[in-house]
Amino acid sequence: MQQENWSSIIKSNSSVSLNSIKEVWQYRDLLWMFVKRDMVTNYKQTILGPLWFFIQPALTTALFVFINRAANTSTNGVHPILFFLIGVTAWNYFAECLTKTSTTFKDNAYIFGKVYFPRLILPLSVVFSSLIKFFIQFSLFLATLIFFLAIGNTKVDIQATILLIPFLILLMAGLGLGAGMIITSMTTKYRDLALLIQFGVQLLMYGTLAIPLSSIKNETMHAILLSNPMIPIIETFRQAFFNDSSFNAIHLLYSCIVMVTLLIIGFYSFSKTEKTFTDTV
Amino acid sequence: MADAIIKVENLSKQYRLGEIGTGSLSHDLNRWWHQIRGKEDPYLKIGETNDRTIKGSSDYVWALKDVNFEINRGEIWGVVGKNGAGKSTLLKLLSRITSPSTGVIKINGKMASLLEVGTGFHGELTGRENVFLNGAILGMKKKEIAQKMDEIVAFAGVEKYIDTPVKRYSSGMYVRLAFAVAAHLDTDILILDEVLAVGDASFQRKCLGKMNDAATNQGKTVLFVSHNLSQVQGLCKQGMLLENGQLKMTGAIHKIVSEYVLGNQQASSIDITQLPRVGPKSNDFFIRKINFITDTTSIKENELITFDIEFECLRPIKELVLGFVIRDTMDANLIECRSTSTLKKMDIEHAGVYTVEVQLSPALTAGMYVLSLGARSVNGPLEYVPSVTNIEILPGNDEQEEWNKPSAGIINTPSIWTLKP
Repeated sequence: MQQENWSSIIKSNSSVSLNSIKEVWQYRDLLWMFVKRDMVTNYKQTILGPLWFFIQPALTTALFVFINRAANTSTNGVHPILFFLIGVTAWNYFAECLTKTSTTFKDNAYIFGKVYFPRLILPLSVVFSSLIKFFIQFSLFLATLIFFLAIGNTKVDIQATILLIPFLILLMAGLGLGAGMIITSMTTKYRDLALLIQFGVQLLMYGTLAIPLSSIKNETMHAILLSNPMIPIIETFRQAFFNDSSFNAIHLLYSCIVMVTLLIIGFYSFSKTEKTFTDTV
Repeated sequence: MADAIIKVENLSKQYRLGEIGTGSLSHDLNRWWHQIRGKEDPYLKIGETNDRTIKGSSDYVWALKDVNFEINRGEIWGVVGKNGAGKSTLLKLLSRITSPSTGVIKINGKMASLLEVGTGFHGELTGRENVFLNGAILGMKKKEIAQKMDEIVAFAGVEKYIDTPVKRYSSGMYVRLAFAVAAHLDTDILILDEVLAVGDASFQRKCLGKMNDAATNQGKTVLFVSHNLSQVQGLCKQGMLLENGQLKMTGAIHKIVSEYVLGNQQASSIDITQLPRVGPKSNDFFIRKINFITDTTSIKENELITFDIEFECLRPIKELVLGFVIRDTMDANLIECRSTSTLKKMDIEHAGVYTVEVQLSPALTAGMYVLSLGARSVNGPLEYVPSVTNIEILPGNDEQEEWNKPSAGIINTPSIWTLKP
């Protein structure tokens, strides 16, 4: 009897295992290469270069401020520019993680069809390269904050919860990655859902950013808004800088649970799909 | 005991034909319903062998069906077969790009597959950055790549351009750099899909040499798919032949190649009117047919081969000369014969169809050879058909034991040996 000592076995319906996480670690250099590639190639041969990172949040914030002025809604005494800029900055990170990972299979079908490496590397690289963009945009927010402090016409009250920011970033990355992985797995064969994502993310942005939670008095509306796991994160961001509402750990815990659930489902469906998607994409 | 490095058992892959839409949705729902009840996939039972020429009744085909083989460490295998025989599917399954429908592949060692060179190359990145990216995609560590960087650049011969974005490269430089990365992979198993069909002839030889070296000196196992039979024969020792998704045979590469070639050309009479011509072509002379009197294109060593060449003249031709060339699969001309050797002055006085008979005993050792036909007249070349058919010469001396069969040399010449007291 020959010794059966195989380093890897490929089967038709091999169940989803945590092995792929170990594999991702073995391929960590590749993860870094992809992040670097995205950074280098994104703004090559554009004149304004990384300045584009600032233009998008600035314009989105301007739109929110305009709506806010027109509808005369509350920003809890915070200057609307700061109030919306922090929201847009944080939201952008989540939205980018979500939309970019949600097309992983479709966008990379060619490379996936030619060579094997742990497929998870690509959505993860999106999370990391978006993080760099987030930091650049966050520095725009900090600069604006300092500017408003200097001219002294806003309420700024930095709280200890500012220390939670790394955790908030992790939450957003997890939510975006989890949801993105689910969507990309579901859209390899039937692409209907992909069409929903584009405007779904837009709609959700208005639902998340436009109104501070504390200004909603209607209880049903309050509960509906809270089902959006991004709201507690945005609220915590604002609370950390402006202390415009009270910090609610339960709400944040809810976001945390949603993130873990999405990540588990996302990981599972992604691992299932990656095996045969090249046949159907 | 042989040291198996790849073992494939009952490997099959099924594909669904046609479009994805509501029809496939109903099948998916049905499959899912069977799955949650713990039953077998109902569509795995149906499906036909993958013969494109016959339109089947089912939407499912088996691109591969029940393939079994075992490859040992340090062997170089060639995979041959027609388009659609399942070669690429097999490679995709082996390299984990897609999962098999049924069956198991067991692998012992680190594997890299090159279904294409330069996967993931990005035009905006410099050569150096791309080497790092491509190397990482193929599974190399950053440190490893950095160590081999000089070697890779030297192999590709692009020292001067290494810090220029690859979109400025010529296509030749691009593929040379891409292949150089692949050639320096440090893996136990290497899977190659016709990637050597890039670059100029000297670069191809360099690549083949590198692969050969990898297998013989570093003990790597190579699996090579190509339509270029001379490359396959030059590189591989073993081979497998796929046909319509099934493994037709495995064995020594020359047997596989001849089975593949002769399997396609059983006829003893070959119509060559449609075969490609090379060089100047006269409008009123055609070589039409070649008939093998010996009924087959394979003969044994030292045997006589006889064939008729049928040609048509639309006008009288003075001093017609017919000829043929026998080449080996590496394209070296071994034999050239002209009709002038026994038909001194062949003047065709009337338009019409004529036949000449040729007899020869090619003094060649066992192997595959290619026959070309040509004709010229006193006024210049009339026609040249570079590959008419393959001729196989089989080992003549069957009594010779396996260990004592000649393995080197092309020319088969008798020699007389005497042991002196």
